[in-house]
Parts: sequence; C-alpha cells; structure tokens
Amino acid sequence: MKASHVKVCVLRIEGTNCEEESYLAFKRLGTKPEKVHLKQLTGTDVTPEEKRSLADYQILVLPGGFSAGDYVRAGAIFAARMKSRLAKDLVEFVRAGKPVLGICNGFQILVETGLLPAMSGEMTEIPEAVLGTNDSARFECRPTLLRKVNRGSCVFTSRIPPEKISLIPSAHAEGKLMFPLDRSKQIVKELEDNDQIVFKYVDPEGNLSGYPWCPNGSTDNIAGICNREGNVFGLMPHPERVFFRFTHPDWTRSPDGPGDGRAVFESVLDYVTRKE
Amino acid sequence: MRFIFSQYGEPEMVVAEVRVELKKGVADPEGKNTLKALELLGFEGLKDVKTIKVFEIHLDGQSGEAEKRVDEMCRRLLANPVIHNYSIRIK
Repeated sequence: MKASHVKVCVLRIEGTNCEEESYLAFKRLGTKPEKVHLKQLTGTDVTPEEKRSLADYQILVLPGGFSAGDYVRAGAIFAARMKSRLAKDLVEFVRAGKPVLGICNGFQILVETGLLPAMSGEMTEIPEAVLGTNDSARFECRPTLLRKVNRGSCVFTSRIPPEKISLIPSAHAEGKLMFPLDRSKQIVKELEDNDQIVFKYVDPEGNLSGYPWCPNGSTDNIAGICNREGNVFGLMPHPERVFFRFTHPDWTRSPDGPGDGRAVFESVLDYVTRKE
Repeated sequence: MRFIFSQYGEPEMVVAEVRVELKKGVADPEGKNTLKALELLGFEGLKDVKTIKVFEIHLDGQSGEAEKRVDEMCRRLLANPVIHNYSIRIK
C-alpha cells in the first residue's frame, strides 16, 4: 500500500486540543489524515455527507487534550462514549491488526476503554490500569527523556534503535500509570514478558531516576505501553510536538536531523505500507 | 384517574449519593498538598486530608432496583477499580 493511500483517523471530541499537530505529522509523511469528530463515526447529529466509518481508515489516532474537560477522570467520558457506540468497530479494528495510537489524553482514553494494557483479550470490560494524578499534584510540562525498552513487538517504534534515549516533551497532570496495588509487581513482570512496555522515563545517562526525570511517579518509570500484538500503543509524552528538530529545546546546539518524535510516525507508516 | 394512579403507584424518584474514594495505599497528592497548604495557613494538629468525590444521582425507580443500577454506573464510569472504592447511599 502506498503512503498516499493510507487514511488516518484523528479522532476528537470537545476538549481535544492536539489534533492539529497529530494531523500535520501524518500529512507531512504523505498520508491522508483527517480530523474526525466522534459523532461522525457514531452517526449522531451529523449529515449523511459528514458520516464516516472507522473501517475505512488504516490508522486511528487519539490525540492529546482535555476531552470532556477531564470530568470524572481524565479520558473516562471519551472512553464511555466510544464504548457505548463503537465497541464492536474498535475491537474489529484492533483484531485486524490496524494500528491505534493514543497520545497523552489519548493514552488515558485507551486505558479507560480497556484497549490497554489489554492483557486478556482486545478490550477489557473494566480498566486494568489507571493514569492517576502525578505525585507532584501539578501539571508537569517540560521536555522528558524516554528510553526505548521494547524488544520489537511495538509497531510504532521499529525505527527507534533499542535503548536509544529520545527527547519527547510531557504535558500532563494525570500520568502516573498504576496497576492494582496488590498485584502491581506481577503485572509489570507480565508486561515485560509480553514485551508490552515501550518507553521508560530516564535521566541523561539512561538510568531510571525519580522526579524530575520521571514527571509523575509512574510505576517502574513506565511512559508508554502497547498491547500484546503491538498494534495499540499509548504514551503520555507528545511525539507530535517534536516532529521537527527546530521544536527541540536545544535545537540550535544539536546536529541537524529530524525531531525525535518523527520516528514514531515513520515506524507505523512502515508497518501499514508493508502490511497491504 | 385517581384509581388508575393508585393502582400502578406514583412513579418513584430516588436520590443516590455515590462516594468515590482512593483505595488504601494509593497516593493522594491532592490531599497531601491541601494538608500542606492548611498547615501553612496556621492550622495545627492536622493528621491527614483525603480528597473524595461525591456524585448525587437523581433517578426514577424503587430504591432496591435503583441501587443496582447505580452500582452498574460506578462499575462502568464513575470509579476505576484499580484505585477506587465506592459506596452508594440511597437518600
């Protein structure tokens, strides 16, 4: 499949605010992205021309923001609305091996929907994890360093060399990934065995360090995870904000080249173009 | 008309109060920060501050059946079982 035939659904509702950058990242790579409102997929309050079907897209992106004002819990309302009308379509999309990317609020939505970590089946009825309030109880907004720990399952990081440290900015107040406390260690072990952990927050030497290197107190410094098959990926930091080198904070002092986030989009495009 | 109404009963309205709180052992940074701020304001002898979310749900139905429905609401949206305990009180 040619890149120009790849249709990307950048899904939004009220309060989503990173759809433009996500859209432009895919546009720059020559694909056909489209900003789609959830109502266009569920077919509520839209004209026939505005109606869309999830099955027509090759990639689904849940961009960052504060969907539905982060009411109840971050991502919970978006997740409930998706689940109520789109559960079947979503499961079919994931089962077909099509990639789903959730950035920041999108990650929170994937976890609340049960699409991540999805340790039993494609989509669990009840969330198996949560992105809770940062240990600092503040909105943490700054560059963070991520080490790729995935051994090859995740289709969004194939272009990133193992152990490479990427600079990808974070901007969230609820990014602390947690599992049920009594089974947390065992779940992390299982995630490791399944190769579901993708990025960890590190210091410049690549060590797992505490605050401020880890902005939120996340379990085992985990910044991003994928499902067992590696086609559903969620992370708190924003790769779309460092698509170009000139949006890196140190760009005048570093060599030319693409931004660190670009590889995420290129990797998934590799996967989709090779697949069909 | 009166007869018909009394035969089927007036539609009942129930008010359910849902308390969603963090499980024991889950960090509550918001509570801790509030505690710190209260101490800075000069309040002494504070042991702990916890943040708890309360939803008041007005719904049709009898209290027993309403409680079951509210429980389902908690499971599907209001609480995340990973970190939350919830309790329901029918008022």
